[in-house]
Amino acid sequence: MAEINPEEIKKDFPIFESRKEGRRLVYLDSAATSQKPREVIDTISDYYRNYNANIHRGIYQIAERATEAYEDSKRKMAKFLGAESYEELIYVRNTTEAINLVALSWGEKNISEGDHILISEMEHHSNLVPWILLSKRKKAVLDYIKVGEDYRLDQESLENGLEKSPKLVAITHSSNVLGTINDVKTITRKAHDKGAIVLVDGAQSAPHMPVNLSDIGCDFYALSGHKMLGPTGIGALYGKRDILEEMPPVIGGGDMIEAVEFYSCSWNKIPWKFEAGTSNIEGGIGMTPAIAYLEKIGMGNVFKHEVELTKYAIDSLSEIKNVETYGPDMKKNDHGGVISFSVNGVHPHDVASIFDNYNVAIRAGHHCAMPLVTQILKQSAVSRMSFYIYNDKDDIDKAVEAINEVKRIFKK
Amino acid sequence: MGLDLYAEDLVANYEHPHNKKNMPDCDSSSHEYNTTCGDDITVYIKVKEGKIADVSFDGSGCAISVGTASKLTDAIKGRSTSEIEDLGFDFIVGLIGIDPGPARTKCATISLKALKHAVFIYEHKKPDGKTESL
Repeated sequence: MAEINPEEIKKDFPIFESRKEGRRLVYLDSAATSQKPREVIDTISDYYRNYNANIHRGIYQIAERATEAYEDSKRKMAKFLGAESYEELIYVRNTTEAINLVALSWGEKNISEGDHILISEMEHHSNLVPWILLSKRKKAVLDYIKVGEDYRLDQESLENGLEKSPKLVAITHSSNVLGTINDVKTITRKAHDKGAIVLVDGAQSAPHMPVNLSDIGCDFYALSGHKMLGPTGIGALYGKRDILEEMPPVIGGGDMIEAVEFYSCSWNKIPWKFEAGTSNIEGGIGMTPAIAYLEKIGMGNVFKHEVELTKYAIDSLSEIKNVETYGPDMKKNDHGGVISFSVNGVHPHDVASIFDNYNVAIRAGHHCAMPLVTQILKQSAVSRMSFYIYNDKDDIDKAVEAINEVKRIFKK
Repeated sequence: MGLDLYAEDLVANYEHPHNKKNMPDCDSSSHEYNTTCGDDITVYIKVKEGKIADVSFDGSGCAISVGTASKLTDAIKGRSTSEIEDLGFDFIVGLIGIDPGPARTKCATISLKALKHAVFIYEHKKPDGKTESL
């Protein structure tokens, strides 16, 4: 597919067939979770109907089929991300669990008192709270790269942070509030020069833009399947082989062991060492059609489409009095499909409620990035619209219509 | 949920709230915070002969929480503390004329919860389950 045709794409997503009081669903909350195409829903149903069995255990046909389907999804995911091998991919619940796994395993082993951990002010709580917890446990120092007035990372602040030779740099690839895309390849190179390990939070990048982990060079990368057309409850942690092999397991149980005696045990190989107990089999299997769908469109096309919608939305919003947007300008190709905004004098939850009357789904709140929203944007909450492959300009026009209703009700 | 949630009357109460002030000489007060919305409401009461002699609220929040707090504080002046102890969600629905729906119930009930807590504190009683589940 050369260009994205949202009208055709919508037909692949059963949820868009529904109507509320005659209005179709305008879904502008894909940064929270994406909608699911028919193939994903059908694949999960097919697993339960036709070959439901536990993986890595059964010596019978449906168990082998389930195991193969689950492992195949990892191979597809590894290829999608440009990872060297599927063995470098650990399936977890979501980005949050992926990052916590790094903190609890790599962090526990490698971070000591006085060590520096460098993150940024635009992190989601999932890439913030695990480091607050770890730094408190280890008496380590948590440093922040500042967000500049242009809503990009402040380069001087980045350099200052790196001067302290942090053990770990953990940074978001793309902000879920500002839409800012960070140059994680350059940050990784600079951090490696200082001897740091680099973790990239890919929750908002894997679904929306081409990602090549071999090119970026980061040591860890975390993502959530449900934000990229897949089911909930499945996410992945990528880690470089030599680092994963040195990391101790965090959760013990079945499947993660090689051999167990009464008082000792040895670990299975990576990635299974980190996947104790029965996995989210339907989740893993459901990622295969999700990735296939994105690859069919092409991630370059996905990104281009979202940038176009973002430009259109910013232009539309800038014409409305008393509406403020937060995010970098569109000049540097570093603003993905997320726009946070405020209608002055109106609480974002009221904005979202009134949008809901138009069957337009947006997010309102601190977006799990409280320090950014309250201390940098200086708002108690903001409204946010975020785009994906099934959105079109008409969706944004509907949002503008809803904003005008907000302004009418509140006389702004 | 229909547009009626944002009835002109409620929006007017949000834009120009009644009884919105700190009350340093109150007999009791209680603060409530709604983590999802960030609504932050404190209700103050003065009690005389078992009745609410004066009531005010302070804080910030969405139109539903502030508008409802304004209407609630107007509505309960002069009522007995035992009456307040019995108030529940239905009272709020009557007050704003609509069921706010699950997504906004916490916004609509935050001031009632704070008010009831203030009364329970004044009475040296533990809040009941009906209050805690508001």
